[in-house]
Amino acid sequence: MQVPAPIAYERATSLSNAIELLSRHGPESRIIAGGHSLLPMMKLRLARPEVVIDINDLAELDYIRANSDHLQIGAMVRHASLMNSDIANRYFPIFREAETVIADPIVRNRGTVGGSLCQADPAEDLAAVFAALKASVVITGNNGSRTVPISSFHIGPYMTVVEPDELLTEVIVPLRTHVGSAYEKVERRAGDWGIASVGAMIVLNSGQISEAGIGLAAVRADHFRAVEAESFLLGKQPTADVIAQAALIASENCQPVADQRGPEDYKRHLVKELTTRALNRAIDKAREEGT
Amino acid sequence: MTDLQTKPEGVGFGRVSRKEDARFVRGKGNYLDDIALPNMLYGAVLRSPYAHARIKSIDTAAAQAHPKVKAVITGQILESLNLAWIPSLSHDVIAVLATDKVRYQGQEVAFVIAEDRYSARDALELIDVDYELLPPVVDAKRALDPDAPVIRDDIEGKKDNYIFDWGSGNEEATEAAFKKADIVVEQEMLYPRVHPAPMETCGAIADMDPISGKLTIYCTTQAPHAHRTLYALVAGLPEHKLRVISPDIGGGFGNKVGIYPGYVLAVVGSIVTKRPVKWMEDRSENLMSTSFARDYHMKGKIAATKDGKILGLRVDVLADHGAFNNTAQPSKFPAGFFHVFSGSYDLEAAYCSVRGVYTNKAPGGVAYACSFRVTEAVYAVERMVDRLALELDIDPAELRMKNLLKPEQFPYTSPTGWEYDSGEYPRALELAMKISGYQELRKEQAEKRRRGELMGIGISFFTETVGAGPKKHMDILGLGMADGCEVRVHPTGKAVVRLSVQTQGQGHETTFAQIVSEVTGIPVADVEVVHGDTDNTPFGLGTYGSRSTPVSGAAAAVASKRIVEKAKLIAAAMLECSPDDLEWESGRWHIKGDPTAGKTISEIAFAAHSTQELPQGMEGHLDASCVYDPPNLTFPFGAYICVVDVDPGTGKVTVRRFIAVDDCGPRINPMIVEGQIHGGLADGVGMALMEQIAFDEDGNCLGGSLMDYLLPTALECPSWETGETVTPSPHHPLGLKGVGESATVGSPPAVVNAVLDALKPFGVKHADMPLTPAQVWRAMQGRPMRTDLAIQ
Ligand SMILES: Cc1cc2nc3c(=O)[nH]c(=O)nc-3n(C[C@H](O)[C@H](O)[C@H](O)COP(=O)(O)OP(=O)(O)OC[C@H]3O[C@@H](n4cnc5c(N)ncnc54)[C@H](O)[C@@H]3O)c2cc1C
Repeated sequence: MQVPAPIAYERATSLSNAIELLSRHGPESRIIAGGHSLLPMMKLRLARPEVVIDINDLAELDYIRANSDHLQIGAMVRHASLMNSDIANRYFPIFREAETVIADPIVRNRGTVGGSLCQADPAEDLAAVFAALKASVVITGNNGSRTVPISSFHIGPYMTVVEPDELLTEVIVPLRTHVGSAYEKVERRAGDWGIASVGAMIVLNSGQISEAGIGLAAVRADHFRAVEAESFLLGKQPTADVIAQAALIASENCQPVADQRGPEDYKRHLVKELTTRALNRAIDKAREEGT
Repeated sequence: MTDLQTKPEGVGFGRVSRKEDARFVRGKGNYLDDIALPNMLYGAVLRSPYAHARIKSIDTAAAQAHPKVKAVITGQILESLNLAWIPSLSHDVIAVLATDKVRYQGQEVAFVIAEDRYSARDALELIDVDYELLPPVVDAKRALDPDAPVIRDDIEGKKDNYIFDWGSGNEEATEAAFKKADIVVEQEMLYPRVHPAPMETCGAIADMDPISGKLTIYCTTQAPHAHRTLYALVAGLPEHKLRVISPDIGGGFGNKVGIYPGYVLAVVGSIVTKRPVKWMEDRSENLMSTSFARDYHMKGKIAATKDGKILGLRVDVLADHGAFNNTAQPSKFPAGFFHVFSGSYDLEAAYCSVRGVYTNKAPGGVAYACSFRVTEAVYAVERMVDRLALELDIDPAELRMKNLLKPEQFPYTSPTGWEYDSGEYPRALELAMKISGYQELRKEQAEKRRRGELMGIGISFFTETVGAGPKKHMDILGLGMADGCEVRVHPTGKAVVRLSVQTQGQGHETTFAQIVSEVTGIPVADVEVVHGDTDNTPFGLGTYGSRSTPVSGAAAAVASKRIVEKAKLIAAAMLECSPDDLEWESGRWHIKGDPTAGKTISEIAFAAHSTQELPQGMEGHLDASCVYDPPNLTFPFGAYICVVDVDPGTGKVTVRRFIAVDDCGPRINPMIVEGQIHGGLADGVGMALMEQIAFDEDGNCLGGSLMDYLLPTALECPSWETGETVTPSPHHPLGLKGVGESATVGSPPAVVNAVLDALKPFGVKHADMPLTPAQVWRAMQGRPMRTDLAIQ
């Protein structure tokens, strides 16, 4: 049995209480949500917070709702809830597609949307999903809330703009019409982190691409995004050639490193292959929506 | 041979529910970490972060000052007790705690004993070790380079990393076969280092009673008696004051055969502190430091006529044994049973050579359901036969059928001297082809290829070599590989059977009751199986190499037969007739021609304990025992067919179907046999597609957690399709052959052959396991990777 270093434990009763506890215990305290990233790191003693602040009682952060413009996802929404959410998947089927290949049912039953984004693992699938959807996140602290676009949320592997006395409280996804989204991932085995993952969102306007989002995970793309491939697609007809070209650009829009999941050349190849697949499926869905 | 007469319900062989499951499914198993003795302390091991480094100093003062720490043990302290080094099972020594150098990442450096496991773990961080880094030997192929650092400078005069050379077969005859052949195909291949990864990791509780001097060791061991004797031999402890108890064991697969430093440290800890000490390793410790398996770099060469008659086979192996030669196998066989590598085929000549080398990696070698390296042997020959089929453009099933040994050739003496006991090989392959619809599959494949889809069909035919072994050939540290068994029938006709072997999940509590029941007619439910406690069971070498049924199962059958024979004499006395007038029916002796006049085994058992006058010279009670020295090994076999689909864009392999026809002789409990096969097949899929322990250039282990060392899940496994043929062993008293490792041995080449068959349109001839998506894609590009080193 792997055992963590000694810790103190606090159980937050509300969002304001959680913020207060964070301020009181300082930078050596850590939020624990699903615990599926934090606990393994503590057991391996790669992370050694002095205090963990448990936010699992914060039902106020567990919601998925849509207004006329936005989908709002609370930080404490579990992977399993997002996977099974009719509202979220009605607008963006990419959620279900991504969630079915994130970890395993045990992890999905506990792991949270907020925890996934704040963990900021370079292979985190939801980071690629929200990058493709051009989401924003709401961060709350002593001085109230601020909203940050996902494209400036991550500042490096395992690093985000969330300050030690702040919490991520919500993710906001703008709603669109004539939109299609899809997720593609190759893993060595079910439940493994991706070798490469690609999320795509396409908005079609009179047969032309009016908005494109391409999120990449596990291949060290800046902010989990293939920006140049996205811009390339804008205003174009989604022909096979255009898609192939965008996929090629995406595969050059990242800096994958060799590890036991695969060598660099294979990962780049995968980005190209999976971008093609994800774009094709997103385009098909956008067309279906349009009719 | 099995008695096929009709038996009452609940007696003998058949699909009986497993007795042990009553407790396992309720969560009432009793595993090592469930045991808590009064006053128990906990130990934790400090391990080397480096693959190769000299220890300049160890400062334990801060750890000792921890309020809950009771003792800190270092190599220096062990040296003073003469326990720093202990003999390995392969004519070498292993370090219990490093004294001079650390030789692999994860090697034991110090041991902390504390009031609780948390404090023990915390105190590890208070130990300060000053290391001087040395260059490591990572690539086995460079271990014998003249400038390679010498790992084992503890051995006097050692100037290189060489361990042994060993060969088997007739080299000249093999070369002659190559000369006259129309075609010779060569292939290099690696059977990568894999790990047994049992669900329960290894651990021990040592409890030295300071008054009686009795040392009880609760331990995750597959071989409790062998452990007891080894402790006695190594540490000079009096053997009658040693008791080894194996509680429920959560999987072994060979990982729990040897004695690990942690066990010895728990013993030392208990002697030092005069309290029970528990040591239980964590998952990473298990993966990084305990016995691995395989790691054979093989060069194969196969010769044939142009119409596909195989003439000769040669395999030269470079074996990576890690930092200590600690493989567990019969003493005279440094490469285990690898020389059974001519497999299931009728060839003129065969020769193999094996060279063992040291590297800066964890020691071990023979572990993981491999039947002492039959796994590597089967992989080598089955890959070579497929390579030959590819070059000759002959269907691999047809090529196998043409060369399989014929039933009339048994008993068959192989080119390297094995005597295969029995086999009907073509029948098994025909059945597998029939179940799979082989010809249809080939048609489907041809159509798919036209459409650019990648589908592969892989075959493997294996001959297992299990039940070690005859005392005249086989021993472990001088201990013959015979096993004892005692059967005792109580006055009311219920029985207890005591075994030397140790289940790790195979279901001995059920199958051994069935063996006794089959022979004596006592219902399975009325036979209690006792095992796992050296004070209460007869001596024997334990469970590994699929030896329980062939050796200990034979002992149980013979002892049971002795019971039946004694019962006959007692029945004759009771019926006042001559024993010759009696006839046996399951569970009862009756007078020939008059089935109404008879005595059941229960009646006889009661009489044996009663005032009944027994035949002249016979003592009372109805007990018997047997020490079984097997006359030969048994040779189970099987034909496996795997069907895969490969995604040409990503290289991802999906195992769509797997057909396994196994012949292990008569089946004691077909349900348990199928369970063993299902598990072994899953294992084979894992090894072929995802399991690997590679090392980076600094010697860091890249498979140290279950996020890195991937085991297959239900999602990677198809619904297994099994089939059966029955060819009894002529020398086992019930014709049984053993099946524990058949599927692990037989399945990897079927999966690999299937994947490579799918990649045929790309001109791919070979790629090493594991065939991860990256490896498959690289193979399609003509650039397969080495899988023992870090991916660059
Ligand atoms: C076996 C396994 C396989 C996995 N496979 C995948 C996979 O394939 N793909 C994938 O994307 N993920 C995978 N994961 C990760 C999984 O998605 C985790 O659940 C997720 O990364 C973290 O969510 P959590 O709620 O468990 O976070 P926790 O572990 O509780 O926290 C993670 C980090 O986020 C911080 N944090 C949590 N919530 C907040 C908040 N609201 N505000 C500020 N900081 C916060 C914590 O302080 C901590 O630093 C896997 C995990 C496991 C154990």
